[in-house]
Amino acid sequence: MTDESDTAGENGYNFAYLDEQTKRMIRRAILKAVAVPGYQVPFGSREMPLPYGWGTGGIQVTAALIGPDDVLKVIDQGADDTTNAVSIRRFFERTAAIATTTRTVEATIIQTRHRIPETPLAPGQILVYQVPQPEPLRRLVASEVETRTMHALEEYGVMHVRLYEDIARHGRIATAYDYPVKVNGRYVMAPSPIPKFDNPKMDRNPALQLFGAGREKRIYAVPPHTSVKSLDFDDHPFEIERWNESCALCGATETFLDEVLTDDAGGRLFVCSDSDYCHERRVVEDD
Amino acid sequence: MAVTGPRPGFTAPVLACQQTFRSLLTAIAHPGRVMAVGTPLDPPLPLGLASAAILLTLADMETPIWLGGAGEEAAQFLQFHSGAPIAKERAQAVFAFVARASDLPPLVHFNAGSDASPERSATLIIEVDGLVAGQGRRLAGPGIEGETRLDVAGLDGGFWDAWRRNGARFPMGVDVIFTAGDRLAALPRTTIERS
Amino acid sequence: MYVAVKGGERAILNSHKLLDEERRGDPRVPTLGLNQIEQQLGRAVDRVMTEGALYDRHLAALAIKQAQGDLVEAIFLLRAYRTTLPRFGYGVAIDTAAMAIRRRISATFKDLPGGQVLGATFDYTHRLLDFSLAGEHDSPPAAAVGPAPLDAAMPRVVDLLNLEGLIEEERPDPAKDRVSDLTREPLGFPAPRDMRLQNLARGDEGFLLGLGYSTQRGYGRNHPFAGEIRVGEVAVAFVPEELGFAIEIGEVTLTECQMINQFKGSKSHPPQFTRGYGLAFGHSERKTMAMALVDRALRGQELGEDGEAPAQDAEFVLYHSDNVEASGFVQHLKLPHYVDFQSELVMVRAMRAAQGEAAADD
Repeated sequence: MTDESDTAGENGYNFAYLDEQTKRMIRRAILKAVAVPGYQVPFGSREMPLPYGWGTGGIQVTAALIGPDDVLKVIDQGADDTTNAVSIRRFFERTAAIATTTRTVEATIIQTRHRIPETPLAPGQILVYQVPQPEPLRRLVASEVETRTMHALEEYGVMHVRLYEDIARHGRIATAYDYPVKVNGRYVMAPSPIPKFDNPKMDRNPALQLFGAGREKRIYAVPPHTSVKSLDFDDHPFEIERWNESCALCGATETFLDEVLTDDAGGRLFVCSDSDYCHERRVVEDD
Repeated sequence: MAVTGPRPGFTAPVLACQQTFRSLLTAIAHPGRVMAVGTPLDPPLPLGLASAAILLTLADMETPIWLGGAGEEAAQFLQFHSGAPIAKERAQAVFAFVARASDLPPLVHFNAGSDASPERSATLIIEVDGLVAGQGRRLAGPGIEGETRLDVAGLDGGFWDAWRRNGARFPMGVDVIFTAGDRLAALPRTTIERS
Repeated sequence: MYVAVKGGERAILNSHKLLDEERRGDPRVPTLGLNQIEQQLGRAVDRVMTEGALYDRHLAALAIKQAQGDLVEAIFLLRAYRTTLPRFGYGVAIDTAAMAIRRRISATFKDLPGGQVLGATFDYTHRLLDFSLAGEHDSPPAAAVGPAPLDAAMPRVVDLLNLEGLIEEERPDPAKDRVSDLTREPLGFPAPRDMRLQNLARGDEGFLLGLGYSTQRGYGRNHPFAGEIRVGEVAVAFVPEELGFAIEIGEVTLTECQMINQFKGSKSHPPQFTRGYGLAFGHSERKTMAMALVDRALRGQELGEDGEAPAQDAEFVLYHSDNVEASGFVQHLKLPHYVDFQSELVMVRAMRAAQGEAAADD
């Protein structure tokens, strides 16, 4: 019935590893996720040849999207050369023989773990997030049955109480990453463990944002130009991290910085976590 | 006339499905944008190129298709190439194909999902007379920067009232894909029509 | 100047070469044949097939060899292979009453039709290391053949109890037109029993063992008796659509455990014995017994029992039973987290600074 031999990947595996039936199931889930922004669509996540927790959700989403015309960028902690990013990029080079890049501006699909690139995304680009825990309420309520009901009834009081308790105890909301957001005024959503520094980039982003949680078997989405608000209070507005330092390599002052220990006497320096952004800035300087 | 099997499906299905899906994803991520399906396909009428390509891309044995105004040949074509069962009742359909926009049944006849599982709603594929972006109805909502316009030719006047009621059920609600020949445009349930 | 020390592709490739070297060990020692693993590490093969959810002794042996004997890793290898296999359809439900018995014991009746068949078992071995196995020579004498062949009919103990109506009846749910399949659709709640059993069959033996044990120690006590444990070969049949009738496509070795549990009755159910069920590929008694205890514990709600022990909490049990999921997520902590950690550093420093200022103000 269906001849799947037109674009075989390595060693007899199908193009982009997944079989066509699995891709269809994931594609249906993605379309419904886009239609209900911020809602977690359950899907029949497959066992992948990489471990759960190492990006299997993002990989399945990317595999359902990717075609021969795509240019893929994979980052982990903002960098293209971290081991798991290298491993995932290699996985798609082997199974889909597609072009890859480290340049944000050249990519059609960017799969990421824990960061949104510093370079603003363009219309038409797709950002695929790897998500370890898709349920923003899970830290407060262990039961899936209960959290599902809370989303259905738009009952998010418990989340606000938790944030407010933080303020009462610490004078601020003590969540630094995976900071919960509200999408299109309806669903509270986990942005995945990106630093809250990146949260504002999600709001009204022209790119399509897709989220894949393989182990937890959920896919969700933020369509382009969609409102994404970090939860806060009038008297305690949402704030992002700031550094007094600048990047030791490119001098950037407005980027998310990684701290690097240089000796055992408290010596440290700071560098951009986004390796491509840092590199581009230095190339421009050199010219 | 000799008895023949169904017409052929995609000649290179892996690529064709990937490309059709991406057109569809772009369309649903940008409601009102008109996309063209580039892959060759010669489906039996009243299936158009785009509507047939969408169903061959998304439907399989797990997704019953309801056919409105399509005959036996179209049903056989879809069953043969996708393996999808043909739904007898509208409410059972995961996908519904409506051959003439003017014959569209009430939207509430289709599965709208539930508040806890809104993804279980039907997707309607409605063949219309023409799709032109930049004119016609004013649309807003997720995926749209400010406002966009889409003209859907051949649509019954009552559609937009029904669409408003569909939107009011959010997160429940059906999603719609309009097709016209090789063209398609999508209205996810979040799209608001401003008249 | 600082140079980013990050793993490149070359480092990964070299790491995998090292791994291969370690797997092979001293090249002067002959390499392990898969037939050796299949034949002499049969229980490991059985576990990998069961939790890997694929009945293929040869591939399970390969996975064990490749994983250097790390069974959870071998299970993962088998699962990742299994998921790529095309699906032709669903087999006909197997009939364990028609099992070609190798071993069959009941703890509830001294004797019963078909009799007790001890078969091969670790039970009653004295756990003394057998130093004679350390040598090359390993040809144990053949076991004596019994005086008569086994009875042809070997009815299941629970079916015998059923004649008296003392045990709950189990019938297929008429509302279900097909069996649940976790590998196609995600777990949902309330999870039907077929889905729970599939989850438990694939579940980690150690996890289920601990949970089953906890029910015996009072965390969801359900008074179990090992009604029957049977091990042997069962035929597998399949109905090809073009034929329309079942054909036998092979046989599998299975272990089945039926626990019988006392039940005092509830508003909806009369006092009677209830069942817990365990099934695994190969010879896997510990796994099936633990599975049967946990299956019964998870049935508390449908039987109108109250209880909040860990083994009775379906979400807790079913979401944490899978060792491929658990191993992946626990070990993902090895991946770089320096962005999140940096965010926390900034936060903790800011909070300490604020606290310091507040203290200075006082």
